[in-house]
Amino acid sequence: MSPPGADLAIETFGLVKVFGETRAVDGVDLAVPAGTVYGVLGPNGAGKTTAVKMLATLLRPDGGEARVFGHDVLREADAVRSRVSLTGQYASVDEDLTGRENLILLARLLGHRKPAAKERAAQLLDAFGLTEAADKQVKHYSGGMRRRIDIAASILNTPDLLFLDEPTTGLDPRSRNQVWDIVRAVVQQGATVLLTTQYLDEADQLASRIAVIDQGKVIAEGTKGELKASVGAGSVHVRLRHAEQRPEAERLLTQYLAAQVQLEHDPVALTARVGLAGDGGGAAEQAARALHELSRSGITVDNFSLGQPSLDEVFLALTDHPATGPDRATDPTDPTDPTDPTDPTDPTDPTDSTSPLDPTAARTPVGSGGPSKGPTSKGGAAK
Amino acid sequence: MSTAPTTETRATRASTSDALAPVTAEGLAAVLISKERPPRPSAWTTSLAFGWRAVLKIKHVPEQLFDVTAFPIMMVLMYTYLFGGALAGSTTDYLQFLLPGILVMSVVMITMYTGVAVNTDIAKGVFDRFRTLPIWRPSAMVGYLLGDVLRYAMASAVMLTVGLILGFRPDGGVVGVLAGIVLLMIFSFSFSWVWTMFGLLLRSEKSVMGVSMMVLFPLTFLSNIFVDPKTMPDWLQVFVNNSPVTHLSSAVRDLMDGGWPAVEIAWSLGWSGALVLVFGTITMRLYNSK
Repeated sequence: MSPPGADLAIETFGLVKVFGETRAVDGVDLAVPAGTVYGVLGPNGAGKTTAVKMLATLLRPDGGEARVFGHDVLREADAVRSRVSLTGQYASVDEDLTGRENLILLARLLGHRKPAAKERAAQLLDAFGLTEAADKQVKHYSGGMRRRIDIAASILNTPDLLFLDEPTTGLDPRSRNQVWDIVRAVVQQGATVLLTTQYLDEADQLASRIAVIDQGKVIAEGTKGELKASVGAGSVHVRLRHAEQRPEAERLLTQYLAAQVQLEHDPVALTARVGLAGDGGGAAEQAARALHELSRSGITVDNFSLGQPSLDEVFLALTDHPATGPDRATDPTDPTDPTDPTDPTDPTDPTDSTSPLDPTAARTPVGSGGPSKGPTSKGGAAK
Repeated sequence: MSTAPTTETRATRASTSDALAPVTAEGLAAVLISKERPPRPSAWTTSLAFGWRAVLKIKHVPEQLFDVTAFPIMMVLMYTYLFGGALAGSTTDYLQFLLPGILVMSVVMITMYTGVAVNTDIAKGVFDRFRTLPIWRPSAMVGYLLGDVLRYAMASAVMLTVGLILGFRPDGGVVGVLAGIVLLMIFSFSFSWVWTMFGLLLRSEKSVMGVSMMVLFPLTFLSNIFVDPKTMPDWLQVFVNNSPVTHLSSAVRDLMDGGWPAVEIAWSLGWSGALVLVFGTITMRLYNSK
């Protein structure tokens, strides 16, 4: 009875969206299993939002096919709409209304009768810790509260598929962690979540499968483990005592690990991926050998660490450019941001340029300065 | 828009610091547990819900009622005392003729704010949510217009009150006056679809205002609201006598005067139907492809 691909929440084949000269989404194939968090990771302007808008029936694809629970997004838009919910990049609630009014309005629109709508709104406000702010206009809410009311609005009717478009952009680390908790709880109840993010640690924390998207194309797809394995087993991070020995250390590490070595901002530090040298042997073994070579050549190593590769490194390896502006990530107030291929103000981004809000004005991605995986940011050195 | 960052910072400082109650997995599980969905709401229900949204916006920003209170009062006073003596010999006599017409003119002019509201609102994120709901598509637009009809009714009430104070004595009594207002509301609701179209079509609020003025000034002035069309040159009479505003103001004037102008009512309703058919269709096409 069930239509083809019903065990998949989302299935796309060669999905294309063109804005003028820009191919915002350029032949995307996705297969999202139901009941999981699927991460779509990419820098600003990669086409994430455009892809989500097509899947949520907001934009007409210019090519290819997309099905949500087996329903075509164009021909069966209404069937798709009845099963999905969207939390957009910008608050998808009415800022002039109070939190409670927003929820009652949406509950009414979803077919709840007035008393039921009121009850449902109260229930959600309570569950999301917003009871106190319930009767304040949303425009007076903090960033974290906005996200909460936004997600609450999305689960008024428990959706089968929830689109979360950059749900933590612009949030402080604590609010971000709370959003993560909410997402985990939603998935526990059996919903599928499609999460777009430009934060690598966010995809790492939440998603079970990840598609890395860049310039409208999926450049890698797989489980976290698969993606990480594709760039080697891990990274060795080395700090030297003498900065003048770094070029020599770089040469030796490159030779023994058969990997590109990244130089850090810190003049005595460098990082190399391990596990790529085709001689068998574990990452630790390789790292130990390389360190041994360093000390044999008279290079003093002050300390070193061996870590799992981060998604940051995965991204770097796949695209040859870092996913987030590293300077912004480490210092959100830094006004002298160097030109960067992923600069969020990129005027060629069609989805952002049509938006009334300047994404950089209010939403510096401070979130990415939070806890990160493995050896810390290497992006800066790679530029 | 430019104030958004400051508001946000202020709000952040004010509210995030006093820790938000944590969201617990159990609490969420409780709200997520109910998988059952209410049946799909009717077109009327969803339109009314959007109408309620418009009313809530008025409640939160009552200043926006300026255009349906101060503006109509100004119109009545200005035209009564400016033209009354010259055109009818006395301001009280002129008021009997002018008030229904000026009522039509003011309300038709107020309709243009619909376009402005649609234009500023549609760009907001909340419309993405509305457009992903499994509901009757035009209900968001119909909701706007229902809210606007309420504003038109307020404007009418204000103007009638001012008129009655100044000496307007309609022969049609309460029934005639109400009938006139109902007809005016129907026409204004229909006419507003022109503005929802422009609100979706044009890129900025300013251009919506500009276009509205260009349409509304000739349309309302070139009518029988102020003077009898017989005094106009022939070519202008052709336009004026066929203008929907002329039909409407004749109908409203006659209804308030105790008559039953069947032909003019039919013309007004016919125009209303045509406007909805044409501009409603275009609006929905634009809305769906936005």
